[in-house]
Amino acid sequence: MVEKTEATRRARQVSRERLIARLLLASGWVSILVTAGIVFSLLFETAGFFQLVTLRQFFTDPKWTPAFDPAHYGILSLLAGTTLIAAGSALVAVPLGLASAIYLSEYAPERLRRVLRPIMELLAGIPTVVYGYFALTFVTPLLKRIIPDLDVFNALSAFITVGIMITPLISSMSEDAMLAVPRSLREAAFALGATRLEVALKVVLPAAFSGVMASVILAVSRAVGETMIVALAAGSTPKLTLNPLQSIQTMTGYIAQMSQGDLEAGSPAYKAIYAVGMSLFLITLGLNLFAKSITRRMERGGRL
Amino acid sequence: MSRDFRGRRVLRRRIDRWTHGLFLAAVGLAVGVLGVLLWDVLSGGVKHLDWQFLTSYASRFWQQAGILAPLAGSFYVIGLTALLALPLGIAAAVYLEFYAGDRWVNRLIQTNIANLAGVPSIVYGLFGLAVLVRFLGFDRSVLSAALTMAFLILPAVIVNTQEALRAVPRTIIHGAYALGATKWQTISTVVLPSAAGGILTGAILALSRALGETAPLITVGAWVFLTYLPKSPLDGFTVLPIQIWFWSSMPQQGFQELAASAIIVLLIALLSINSVAIILRNKYQKKAEW
Repeated sequence: MVEKTEATRRARQVSRERLIARLLLASGWVSILVTAGIVFSLLFETAGFFQLVTLRQFFTDPKWTPAFDPAHYGILSLLAGTTLIAAGSALVAVPLGLASAIYLSEYAPERLRRVLRPIMELLAGIPTVVYGYFALTFVTPLLKRIIPDLDVFNALSAFITVGIMITPLISSMSEDAMLAVPRSLREAAFALGATRLEVALKVVLPAAFSGVMASVILAVSRAVGETMIVALAAGSTPKLTLNPLQSIQTMTGYIAQMSQGDLEAGSPAYKAIYAVGMSLFLITLGLNLFAKSITRRMERGGRL
Repeated sequence: MSRDFRGRRVLRRRIDRWTHGLFLAAVGLAVGVLGVLLWDVLSGGVKHLDWQFLTSYASRFWQQAGILAPLAGSFYVIGLTALLALPLGIAAAVYLEFYAGDRWVNRLIQTNIANLAGVPSIVYGLFGLAVLVRFLGFDRSVLSAALTMAFLILPAVIVNTQEALRAVPRTIIHGAYALGATKWQTISTVVLPSAAGGILTGAILALSRALGETAPLITVGAWVFLTYLPKSPLDGFTVLPIQIWFWSSMPQQGFQELAASAIIVLLIALLSINSVAIILRNKYQKKAEW
């Protein structure tokens, strides 16, 4: 009698364990479903878009004006805007981020580092819409005092601010890579009479190079996907230009601008934001995979 | 020869000192920008920060406008996001750490999470618009917003939870098994309570990211002029970052100042959430030492 209840109890327990394992597995699959959903929704609307517009038009037409008549669907002008923002912000963030990383890992006394790191993290935690407000109400007016013929909305102010936003990312990831360089390498160089700068630039930086590279690429990918700063400060005129003093539009800026209103489902403009979204998705995915392949090579101990 | 060496050594040391200053200046610039940003926001917004601002609806006149709807909306959306993302994310992490082993499913999910984390937030918004708003017919609602946010922070919740789970000492897990506990009994009575602090800290940090996120909610269809509080998850929504974005883009200075006031409220909310996370982390670390 006792044995029987013990047996049923065990049986019930086993089936309960199985059920729980299944539920947990199902939760794991949700993330796969999200990816599938993202890819499928992008593909579906993009396919519809390319029934209206040829690939040739999409990649060679210099104008992007889906809302006007005649409509032009050339991604190049939006791509130029995104490139301008990404390259410009890298120009700001790479020197700043690397210099901060070198200072924090090679020069700063431990106590100062313990103060500075959280401040950098604070900078990284500020919502991008706040940076957008900052670009519009502080950076642009400041620049306008220096460059009088600057447009009110311009790429320069946007990419400086995006650069500030991604600086902590480069700084903290590069600092981690540099801190991972063995002490013995530094001490050997010091013993040979090298100065701190020589140790930092000729020993630590080369040894941490793949980690530093990965941080830069990830930061650029963030800049490409950044929306709020460019939506507020860069303007909304798609232009095939690399002049940072003018109003431009990025891919993300276009999506944000167009999806605000009640965009009719199935309309060409609706499909167009998905074609732009697909391009954005592929570019950032490519950059992220590239960064990952670099870090993987680093983990295996190889060189670039 | 030796004089040449000495001369160069003086020069090398001088260059070292200069660059030291240069590197310090870079850090100083980053810290300085944070200061300027806070000053810019405070000087613009602090004067409108009063009870009326917190308890009024949107208005065409900046003198009467307030953030009641977006403030309530942010609480509503983030609360629902937490309800959706935390159980899912924690369950997925438990699966990956304790059930999956080194099989292809594990590797697939792991790679997938890493890639999802790099997808720009506005692309999640496009997904939300196509699938949640249109296909599933949730419309421009609190539910659509919260689901989009939940998917957005899911990778972070999973990864943070996995780290917390890995920090649980193997010895106490083996101890539970040795006493005859089943796998789930071990996880639910030993592992999860022991990792609770770390899991909660990670979850709060992920939620604080959702609290400041704007772009995907523009795409999902946040309203910028809401004069009621959402009663059901299927009502229209707005959140603080959306209101900040809308007011910032207005040409009148009055509205731009209101944007700054709303930013102050948002930053205070973020700061208090993060302090809770830090307090939890400290408490958890003390316990772990024991």
